[in-house]
Amino acid sequence: MKRLSMAMCGLIAAAPALAQESSDPIKLTLHDWSGQLITTTLMGEVLEEAGYNVEYVQADYIAQFAGLKTGDLHVAMEIWETTGREAMDEATGTGNVVNLGSTGMNAIEEWWYPAYMKEVCPGLPDWQALNDCAQEFATPETAPLGRYLGGPVTWGGFDDERVEALEMDFEVVHAGTDAALFAELESAYQRQAPIVMWVYAPHWAPSKYDGEFVEFPPYSAECYEDPSVGINPDAAYDCGKPRGPIWKVAWSGVAEKWPGAAKAIENFTITNEDMGAMVAEVDLEGKSVEDTVAAWMADNKDTWMGWIAK
Amino acid sequence: MTVRRIGSGGLFWLGLFAATWALSAYSFQIYKALDARWVIRFPKGWQLPLERRISDFLDWLVDSASFYFFSFKDLTRAIAAVIEAPYQFLRNLLIEGFVSGQGDSAVQIAPSLSWIAVIVTIAAIAHYARDIWLATLVGLCFLYLAVFGQWDSAMITLASVLIAVPIGAAGGLMLGIAAFRVPLVERILRPVLDLMQTVPVFAYLVPILILFGFGPVAALVATVIYAMPPMVRITIVSLRAVPPEIAEAGRMAGCTRRQMMWKVLVPAATPSLMVGVNQVIMLTLNMVIIASMIGAGGLGFDVLSSLRRLDIGGGIEAGLAIVVMAIALDRASQAFADRTMRHAPGGNILQRHPWTGTVVLVIAATLILGRFLPAVQSYPEALTVTTGPVWSQAMEWINVNFFDTFEAIKTFILQWLLLPVKKFFAGIPWAWGIIATGLAAWRVGGWRLGLLAALLMGFIAANGLWAKAMVTIYLCGVSVFLATLIGIPLGIWAAERPGAGRVILGIMDTLQTLPSFVYLIPVVMLFRVGDFSAMVAVILYALAPAVRYAAHGLRAVPPELIEAGLVSGCTRRQLLWRIKLPLATPHLLLGLNQTIMLALSMLVITALVGTRDLGQEVYIALTKANAGQGIVAGLAVAFIAITADRILSALAEGQRRRLGLT
Repeated sequence: MKRLSMAMCGLIAAAPALAQESSDPIKLTLHDWSGQLITTTLMGEVLEEAGYNVEYVQADYIAQFAGLKTGDLHVAMEIWETTGREAMDEATGTGNVVNLGSTGMNAIEEWWYPAYMKEVCPGLPDWQALNDCAQEFATPETAPLGRYLGGPVTWGGFDDERVEALEMDFEVVHAGTDAALFAELESAYQRQAPIVMWVYAPHWAPSKYDGEFVEFPPYSAECYEDPSVGINPDAAYDCGKPRGPIWKVAWSGVAEKWPGAAKAIENFTITNEDMGAMVAEVDLEGKSVEDTVAAWMADNKDTWMGWIAK
Repeated sequence: MTVRRIGSGGLFWLGLFAATWALSAYSFQIYKALDARWVIRFPKGWQLPLERRISDFLDWLVDSASFYFFSFKDLTRAIAAVIEAPYQFLRNLLIEGFVSGQGDSAVQIAPSLSWIAVIVTIAAIAHYARDIWLATLVGLCFLYLAVFGQWDSAMITLASVLIAVPIGAAGGLMLGIAAFRVPLVERILRPVLDLMQTVPVFAYLVPILILFGFGPVAALVATVIYAMPPMVRITIVSLRAVPPEIAEAGRMAGCTRRQMMWKVLVPAATPSLMVGVNQVIMLTLNMVIIASMIGAGGLGFDVLSSLRRLDIGGGIEAGLAIVVMAIALDRASQAFADRTMRHAPGGNILQRHPWTGTVVLVIAATLILGRFLPAVQSYPEALTVTTGPVWSQAMEWINVNFFDTFEAIKTFILQWLLLPVKKFFAGIPWAWGIIATGLAAWRVGGWRLGLLAALLMGFIAANGLWAKAMVTIYLCGVSVFLATLIGIPLGIWAAERPGAGRVILGIMDTLQTLPSFVYLIPVVMLFRVGDFSAMVAVILYALAPAVRYAAHGLRAVPPELIEAGLVSGCTRRQLLWRIKLPLATPHLLLGLNQTIMLALSMLVITALVGTRDLGQEVYIALTKANAGQGIVAGLAVAFIAITADRILSALAEGQRRRLGLT
């Protein structure tokens, strides 16, 4: 009954806009991490409340741009500044894909260590303290240097440059995929073995494993561009990583075909905290994505009603 | 004695190796001494602009290529629509049910087939193909899917298999027939087939997505491209193998060209053709993971997403479901291959077609009952079983208790095998690498082969991929070496002891159909990111042909020769080393050839755990949607494969001639 009345509200709110809008389904892309499934399902549910037809399509994070450019796919809800920037710029450059603004969530990515390492390396999370016990992280392949497990080379991140610039006793080893990265963490965590690696948030890992991000000298654009700025006067990248928004992008035809929906997608925002809580519910407590989203929608009715209101 | 043994052939190989080794070890010094950087790095200025050309060509193809009335893209989109219609129908039939309208306003017209109906239908088909035992096996396989909660995903995968296999089989048959009739077509087709089989799928995924649109159809097209080549090859071979008497009989009966083909040759070749269909099915199932990355959904997607969550148990379960489905489809299609004609029983329609009757009855009954009893329509969730937690706990136990042991083994192999070999290959100056490959190929197969090999290697260097190609060869070489070392003894064991053989070959089949992603993640957990993990994964995948061909080769040794050996008083050991193994060499070489092919195809997957080879180049190109880069790197992989294939085939041919087997 409650759902029904909610649907009615949605219908009334969106009714004028619907008059000239297409009834074709809006295709939203689903990837393979829970946070994105939640964001997308939430957007889809809200659009359905507003009277649109919605279809979910499973697609690869980067490969989806080929579909967004041609209009085979319509909306991608999470393009991370930190990992998707290049592909997004290329796509928006063609004019067939538009950036619909930030989701309100901020991507963090940085060196990370499990909490039990604090006993071994007193002084963490400071990066100098980490450097002082680099040999704790050494493996046969990297000895005498410590081993830092970086993200896939395609993610960028300038970790090799950072190690150089800050004169750290670490060797950077790149994982090939996200799955491989966290497989190592799971393995090390089970054995309480030393590990320092690339972790990003919002993600389930920081909530499943107890640990902290390393604190580097704070990021600034000058630090990346100008060697003289920062601790090392002769090198750039002598600071931490930037934190950036997670963007929403859409096929450029969405605004003409479904102007009201395009507005609603632009209005969509959610905080890191809300998202983190929902990701934890799904990944750690085993609740379904649909139930989690429905619960959030019931609690935050005013918020999402605001997105679809005129 | 030993001096005579080495001879001129031995001297050639020894010299070639010594020269390569010296140049590899001192390449850096040579570069410093001559101040010629080109010795170790291919000069940037000489690089071919191929990458950009291909990208530009594809842009043109998509954006502006047109025939008079429609553009190229319209054509591919029309093809996509033609494939999509039956695919959607099957999806509706198997899992989604038929609805009219879209979204909220959709009304269900008819439900999908119930799980009971699907199982009965598939069992009936198996019974038609052979007997009640096969029907039971296939029925149990599908029941497994329902009981383990994989039904919905499995039906989506089944729908794509049911579309991809007929297209791949029919297309392969047509191409094969064309090549059989027109020699020119065969000459053109040959290199194309080689490329289709060896260029990694990731390399052409981007252009396919652009041309065919995003979603299951693009995945189906990629699957068909990958799965079709064996069908073409088998068609050509089996049409040639039709006994001349049969063809003669057809000619005497006054057949036209068309009748000759469809009424005489194709029916006579059907049993071998069905082997091709079987291959198409297996390769299609191999592709489900990659297909799921571009929107095919199904079991492949379940594997990917559970492994991303590190839900190892979930990944293994979904992976095993693919294996189970492969077993069911494989056995059924093999049964069709050697089905013999049977007399039709008499009686009325129901008596004549007991299975068809049952199937129709069951479908109708479950359709009606399903309205009132949901459990009839879809398998009740409460009754599903999961073994997921067991797998995850087992993994944790192994990890905690045996990590140090694994670490020790790993360090040993790294130090004594992987690193020295890597250093050797990485040091080879590109110019000498090209010459050495050419010389080796010339020695084995004549100047044509030598020239081809040198040209293919030259292409790799000219595109600035030499260093990555060397890493590829090193990783692949070491893995193939170890796979052969493990595989051939297993194969011998399997051939000598039929009981053990059944178990070993069964495990090999499972390893090949189980998506490699399933064991990639546990391997990373135990061995960490790096070359060693990649090597373990490649060995696991590429082991099967080494075992299978060794077993097959030993079994195929003519019994007269074994008899002769026994009569002259050979011991078991002598029999194996002096008679069976030398005679099986051509088979062993063929197995080696296949092992190399599989290892190369696996390298693209191992890029996912962080190797720095051509596979990674292809993967980076995919993530950046750079079609040109992907295709060039894919071609480089293919050229390494083709060079290895030609050299080994020439070796096998020479060996066969020496043994007088042809």
